[in-house]
Amino acid sequence: MMLALLQAAAEASPAAHPLAGTVAEYVWMLPLLPLLGFVINGLLSIVPAYHAGPEDVSHDPEAGHTDMAHEEAYEAEATTFHRRWNALSSVVGPLVVGIAFVLAAAIFLAMRAAGPSLETAGAFVRTYGSWMPAGELRINWGLQLDQLSMLMTLIITGVGTLIHLFSIGYMRTDPGYSRYFAYLNLFVCFMLVLVLGGSYPVLFVGWEGVGLCSYLLIGFWFSDESNANAGKKAFIVNRVGDFGFLVAMFLLWANLGTLDYAGVDAAATRLVANGALVTAICLFLFLGCAGKSAQLPLYIWLPDAMAGPTPVSALIHAATMVTAGVYLIARSGALFALAPFASLLVALTGALTALFAATIGLKQWDIKKVLAYSTVSQLGYMFVAAGVGAYSAAVFHLATHAFFKALLFLGAGSVIYALHEAYHHTHREEDAQDMRNMGGLRRHMPVTWALMWAATLAIAGVPVFSGFFSKDQILGAVYGAARHSAIGELRLLGIPGSAILYGIYVLGLVTALITAIYMTRMMLYTFHGANRTGEGERPHLHEAPWIMTGPLAVLGVLTVFGGWLNLPAVLHALGPEALLDRWLAPVVARASATLAGGEVAHLSHATEYALIGAAVAVSVLGIGFAVVRYRGPLLAKREAEAAETGLGAAVRQAYYVDRGIGRYLVEPTIALSRKVLWRGLDVGLIDGVIVNGSAALMRGVAWAGARIQTGNVGNYAWIVAVGALVVIGAVAFR
Amino acid sequence: MPLDLSVPASLVTALLPDLIVMGGAMALLLWGVWRPEGASGRPVGVGAIGVCLAALAAIAGMAVQGITAGPGPIAIDNFRWATDAVILVGTILSIALADDYGRRAEPVAVESHALTLLAASGMMLLAGARDLILVFLGIEVMSVAVYVLAGINRRSARSAEAALKYFLLGAFSTAFLLYGVALVYGATGATNLTAIGSALAASPPGPGSMAVIGLALMLVGFAFKVAAAPFHMWTPDVYDGAPTPFTAFMAAAVKAAAFASFARVFMEGFGPVFVRWHSVLWWLAALTMVLGNLIALSQRNLKRMLAYSSIAHAGYLLVALVTNTTEGAAAMVFYLFAYTLATVGAFAVVMALAEGAERPQDVREWSGLFSVRPLLAIAMAVFMLALLGFPLAGGMGFFAKWYLLQAALKAPAPQTRLAVLLVITSVISAGYYLYVIMVMFMRPRPADAAPFPDTPAWTRSVIVGAAVLLLALGLYPSPIVRWARSSSLQPTTATGVPSTPEALRITAR
Repeated sequence: MMLALLQAAAEASPAAHPLAGTVAEYVWMLPLLPLLGFVINGLLSIVPAYHAGPEDVSHDPEAGHTDMAHEEAYEAEATTFHRRWNALSSVVGPLVVGIAFVLAAAIFLAMRAAGPSLETAGAFVRTYGSWMPAGELRINWGLQLDQLSMLMTLIITGVGTLIHLFSIGYMRTDPGYSRYFAYLNLFVCFMLVLVLGGSYPVLFVGWEGVGLCSYLLIGFWFSDESNANAGKKAFIVNRVGDFGFLVAMFLLWANLGTLDYAGVDAAATRLVANGALVTAICLFLFLGCAGKSAQLPLYIWLPDAMAGPTPVSALIHAATMVTAGVYLIARSGALFALAPFASLLVALTGALTALFAATIGLKQWDIKKVLAYSTVSQLGYMFVAAGVGAYSAAVFHLATHAFFKALLFLGAGSVIYALHEAYHHTHREEDAQDMRNMGGLRRHMPVTWALMWAATLAIAGVPVFSGFFSKDQILGAVYGAARHSAIGELRLLGIPGSAILYGIYVLGLVTALITAIYMTRMMLYTFHGANRTGEGERPHLHEAPWIMTGPLAVLGVLTVFGGWLNLPAVLHALGPEALLDRWLAPVVARASATLAGGEVAHLSHATEYALIGAAVAVSVLGIGFAVVRYRGPLLAKREAEAAETGLGAAVRQAYYVDRGIGRYLVEPTIALSRKVLWRGLDVGLIDGVIVNGSAALMRGVAWAGARIQTGNVGNYAWIVAVGALVVIGAVAFR
Repeated sequence: MPLDLSVPASLVTALLPDLIVMGGAMALLLWGVWRPEGASGRPVGVGAIGVCLAALAAIAGMAVQGITAGPGPIAIDNFRWATDAVILVGTILSIALADDYGRRAEPVAVESHALTLLAASGMMLLAGARDLILVFLGIEVMSVAVYVLAGINRRSARSAEAALKYFLLGAFSTAFLLYGVALVYGATGATNLTAIGSALAASPPGPGSMAVIGLALMLVGFAFKVAAAPFHMWTPDVYDGAPTPFTAFMAAAVKAAAFASFARVFMEGFGPVFVRWHSVLWWLAALTMVLGNLIALSQRNLKRMLAYSSIAHAGYLLVALVTNTTEGAAAMVFYLFAYTLATVGAFAVVMALAEGAERPQDVREWSGLFSVRPLLAIAMAVFMLALLGFPLAGGMGFFAKWYLLQAALKAPAPQTRLAVLLVITSVISAGYYLYVIMVMFMRPRPADAAPFPDTPAWTRSVIVGAAVLLLALGLYPSPIVRWARSSSLQPTTATGVPSTPEALRITAR
């Protein structure tokens, strides 16, 4: 009935979009579903709190940063009442995201059914009311559905559903269970607003919203100060990026007079290509992306963000939110296509970040830190692709990375869960995330082991696994751009752009090598060799429940076969080629072609085979090196090797970046704030002179007032008489 | 339907609401005296409120029928109806408070209700008076009743002192007013405002010195009644000493009536010589705003603080008068409405928390009020924010200041500097309004603090009603303002005819 009405309405409009009247009309339900979940779970988190007392009554601050530290506190007060509410959260939390995924899939099928007509029709935009009408500024609550936002929606809701399911097991015993699902639902809602928003300001709503949820979830166990600080750090560092994003929006509005995508795409032609203005807009946009997607130099918040629960790291800090920057650049392709210089900087930043973070990953002991730096590094790859104009390659890697990195994080969560349970049994305070406490877990958790190896091979770029295809496409695109593109014709500091692009290609290869090494190292330390957990704990090590391994298995399938989304032309024997490229072409092809200098360069088959060969060789080499280097006595050792010096120590400490920022940025700022702004300006000038001074003045006035306010009627009458004389004089002699 | 005011029957119609209140007051006085000594005053209170409601109904009826009047001793326009409404709302709230006050600890004679009504009838006469004799009559009917109300607590020396001071100084200032009336009559040969306006406009070289001195003396008389600096000296002492319900009545209704008459006399009668009184009033407004707010900052006694706050608000209201426009007059009435609700509400909270006997209440005694009496604290916060002119949480208060500023800035002679001063002094006022909120919400309640008495039912209704009305009208204030602006007080121009704003703009050029 409703559909029929909508159909009728669509037929009545003159230029009906092919999606008009289809299930795509329900696009507004996508963000509202998780919002509903947020409301329900939020209420659930408040209601029992009144019955069962405060949540963190008996939290033990000594438990360190272990994820599951609250179990004991919880079990003491757990009531059947509590569990009943939790069961409701377990249903509502994943269900709303699951329904959103089903709806997204239905819309996807409708888009497929619309066929080629969709490619020329442009985006499907629906407006739901006016948000900021101010003078000429018209910003509407509009959602935009096109191939790019559809893909992102599928990833967010699909991977999101799996991670919600995993969380049921992982957070099972947490006192803040409903609050956790409330935040996670809210995150999905804002993430969908981010990708479905039809204009930059609406995107920004989602952008800030996911930032808020990220903050809330990083500091989820806020009673531990370091967790709360990690949340604050993420929030504050992202302010720097948001400043850039805002400036970019102001510039767009001031110069183009529009902020919705359709308007910007149309008006972008008015901008001077290669001009200072469009370059500035793109660079400010990229500053926003660098903050949200943890690129140099704003990556510092992401490793600390691992303080949150591990499924949060999987969903927010690996699969979805941190890729928002990549999405934004792909979305703004029309602008970046006009600013090759900005694009080159994007690619260069991405390549340097990829290498930089990968080297740090080599020396980490915390399993989640390894994955965090690995995420930063992989995001760097995506920016390399976006920088050279290979937007579909960037989005392809975004998708495969969402699969394998979510799998890696959830697998790591599974491992941490097992270790935590074991330590919980023996009541020992050990770090369940330190790989030095792991080893030999293959025998105890074979499913996790096998699935994580699949993900490791994927991220390392071993053929057939999904990561291989996406990474290969990026490297191929860089190589192609170096051979011939608008970027290659630039000069940066006198160096030809093409030379820089060749350099980026080499950096990419080196990063691939290092990636293979540190990932293999992580797997060896975690799953192979002798077990270092402890004699007492060993019998308690076991595989996680099915609610956790189930989602892992699904992600495992996607990790292995995700590459089929976008097979390269040379491997057409495996299946239909370049599905994703063709799907995204209506959105990004024009921008890609412009940046490529006319047409995207096609490499000869021989070159492609050579590139694939190099990539495969590098990954196999890396895995082999790691096996040789970390095998043997090291694997059995309980404690760390002797203190390192020089470069090794530097890498272990993440190049002292945090310490340096602390010493040269944070401390001087605090000192400035304390000595000059607080003691000098605030206490001295404002409090001392202005506030106390005016207070002293006030006391003077009050004193004078008190002198006059004698309470003596005669005095009052005198004042009235004198006042009257003054008034008469003023009126008469005017 | 225009009324011919020279016909006695029409004159009675024009004065219907005033007569209802006056007659009700006399009937209640007789009833109160006839009742046995020591009987509850509540039935009389209910009757008094009923009389006010009847008058309100009469006003509503006449406003809806769109009754107008030609030139005569009584004005019939929305300015009068709006002012009457403000006066009656203030009166109703004060009567409710006075009833609780009488039942609680201090036996106040039931005559107080009748006296309040009598004062209200004088005020209503003032709001409509278009003749200087009627103005004087209204002022005296109002003042004499209020002098008695200030001293109605016969057992309290402070109350008696307040009454005597108010009476002496009030008589002194009335002398100025009356002398001013006489001089103006001598110069123009008229007491009717319209006639005075045309006479002043007609004299070619400008008004003679007799008229000017008369104008100045009347200005002093009104400035005393509205408590503008430097004629404000009586205010803190009288407000502090008088029983709290009547302090609220003085701060709200007396001020509203005095301002309404001030505006009508000066805009309609002395409009043609606007240039003569404009700058004096400008300085009075500035001085009142600065002095009221600065001295309020140093007050810790709540009633004195509210007294200085009311002086400061007189300064803001004078800004509306200085604009000499219809918009200014409408903004003034709207402001008076918001101010009345907030001030009576604040005094009601003060009364609710005073233990029986009247004694000076220090703000700091309210430390941690929120933890023991959260609703009272929230209501008081609303009143404070409304007086401050804070958006949303202050309800109408914000729009009251907003319309005032708009009137000041959009006047033919824009009062930009005065508007800036208004904003600055409002910021200063945050120093004492927010201090009250800070003490109530952020200071801990001392363990040895004496418990607060229970709030009587009527007082509670007054507090809740005032807060809800403030907040509700803050959400959708524009219809009231539009109504107050239409068919309202119109300043007389130099040509002697009531002007439209457009005409004023042309003469300003």
